[in-house]
Amino acid sequence: MEKFIKLHGIAAPMPLVNIDTDMIIPKIFLKSIQRSGFGKNLFDEMRFNRDGSEIADFVLNKPQYRKAEILIAGDNFGCGSSREHAPWAIADFGIRCIVSTSFADIFFNNSFKNGILPIVLPQEQVDLLMKDAEKGENARMTVDLEAQEITTSDGEVIAFEVDAFKKHCLLNGLDDIGLTMEKAEAIDAFEAQAEAARPWA
Amino acid sequence: MSPKTLYDKIWDAHVAHEADDGTCLLYIDRHLVHEVTSPQAFEGLRMAGRTVRAPEKTIAVPDHNVPTTMGREDVTQMTEDSRIQVAALDTNAKEFGIHYYPMNDVRQGIVHIVGPEQGWTLPGMTVVCGDSHTATHGAFGALAHGIGTSEVEHVLATQTLIQKKSKNMKVEITGKLKPGVTAKDITLAVIGETGTAGGTGYVIEYCGEAIRDLSMEGRMTVCNMAIEGGARAGLIAPDQTTFDYCMGRPHAPKAGAWEQAVAYWKTLFTDEGAHFDKVITLKGEDIQPVVTWGTSPEDVLPITGVVPAPEDFEGGKVEAARRSLDYMGLTPGQKLDEIEIDTVFIGSCTNGRIEDLRAVAKVVKGKKIKDGMRAMIVPGSGLVRAQAEEEGLAEIFEAAGFEWRLAGCSMCLAMNPDQLSENERCASTSNRNFEGRQGFKGRTHLVSPAMAAAAALTGKLTDVREMI
Repeated sequence: MEKFIKLHGIAAPMPLVNIDTDMIIPKIFLKSIQRSGFGKNLFDEMRFNRDGSEIADFVLNKPQYRKAEILIAGDNFGCGSSREHAPWAIADFGIRCIVSTSFADIFFNNSFKNGILPIVLPQEQVDLLMKDAEKGENARMTVDLEAQEITTSDGEVIAFEVDAFKKHCLLNGLDDIGLTMEKAEAIDAFEAQAEAARPWA
Repeated sequence: MSPKTLYDKIWDAHVAHEADDGTCLLYIDRHLVHEVTSPQAFEGLRMAGRTVRAPEKTIAVPDHNVPTTMGREDVTQMTEDSRIQVAALDTNAKEFGIHYYPMNDVRQGIVHIVGPEQGWTLPGMTVVCGDSHTATHGAFGALAHGIGTSEVEHVLATQTLIQKKSKNMKVEITGKLKPGVTAKDITLAVIGETGTAGGTGYVIEYCGEAIRDLSMEGRMTVCNMAIEGGARAGLIAPDQTTFDYCMGRPHAPKAGAWEQAVAYWKTLFTDEGAHFDKVITLKGEDIQPVVTWGTSPEDVLPITGVVPAPEDFEGGKVEAARRSLDYMGLTPGQKLDEIEIDTVFIGSCTNGRIEDLRAVAKVVKGKKIKDGMRAMIVPGSGLVRAQAEEEGLAEIFEAAGFEWRLAGCSMCLAMNPDQLSENERCASTSNRNFEGRQGFKGRTHLVSPAMAAAAALTGKLTDVREMI
């Protein structure tokens, strides 16, 4: 997994609430057996007309946001299907950080597994970042995971919380299967005890 | 010992390792697998030279992509990419030695219908699947939730998940339901109450007389949509109804092991005085048959209502409602029971079980669907299909003008050819009314099976209570 340490980039505003994973990557693109190449279909039905031409007023089609690396989003981002194709598409497009007042649980976990940092902040702070993002490409934010701080283009600093283990994995780009396998003895012991207690399971 | 919730008990019984910061390795008893979210996980194992740790606890079935039309054993019915995905599951199941129900096995069906039907899902278990509707299995008092593909790979390799514990929420439905009101109306009404993010961070335990009175199939419908309320999982404490359902299923414990299992299952309830972080109570008799009007499952109203206006909402929901109404082609103030539909979809992991089909048959028996209506019934598994044929339900459906399909996810997510066209409007027993969910620019109204049946007859959203 790609490390996430510090990001300085353009933030795109997407104030719509309840952006679901069907919007992020429609199901017709889920038929690949690869993990890569989904970025070109990110937000497909919002971003493109049926003939493949761009919908001009969609935020990521606007010249100032085409290279956005941060999304400032409305409440309950990533709700719906468990498809990891959603964070795959987001990362493949080049977005590495999403800020919202809340994220759907499965999407939130999936993001960390793909080098994406989802940040939950109170409404007032999301509103402030949304305003900053609306300034366009000259308004670049800095997201510092080590310090757990976002710095707006005006130099305002906002602190954020992140789970310590997830932070450790992101900072170091760790594969958590490898980490879990180091605890194989604990799993073996649990399995033996569970088989005795609940042999039918 | 301090009193525990049902969730606390199942959680505690599955923690294989706990780190100082509270991060746990949760042991997984059953891992269900389907063709869309698993190929990259198996490929990951292969590239790292890893194996499936517990193939005997891993069960695979293709469901999302499969055609539901007759003669599907001819794989040219599938698009090439779908065929590749299903073939990849065939290969992976064989290579890694996991349990498998291929497309043409009579036991094939939607993964969340097959698991309970075959007795894989049992009380007190942890159950995961790369599919958000894994919440369904919570109906058995099993801790069940959807996971992403990286987590699928993690479970395949280690039989555990890295987790932190969620908070406890109680959703109590008191009293009795009125005639014409079903489990689907309960679960939609709850989401209408909490909103789609209301459950975020929680595991919900559903309880109360109206929940106790439900069959296992109704309970599965309720828990299935816990995810639409944002909850990690939904749970219902197991009772005699649960035990009766499980007994004799192919993978349920037998003889002495059965007695031992039931004795344990009887300990799976929330202790008196256990703490819930959030409590919601609805009166069963207040719940009415509901429909959705928008593009989020929280956009729920009784069928007797009218389409709301964006100004009826607050904050970000104002703009979302405006967008929804535009997408759905609806006008504020329009009566919900005057909305005309052209398509009916009956099926899915929410409502594709035999009792759902019986509820439909009861409404449509001896009647004809509206002229020009496209109405499709897709049983949740090959065994549900066989049962419906044995009971004479299939004949009732065909005589009424419904298409009677083979088992699969079908138009619930429209990954196979079963899709809505632009601006088609569907009364659907599925679980999501998102933009484009059932087809590009397709419009979905979520309803119960009985309500879908009524709509198929009249050609508009209809209060089924007028027909019973």
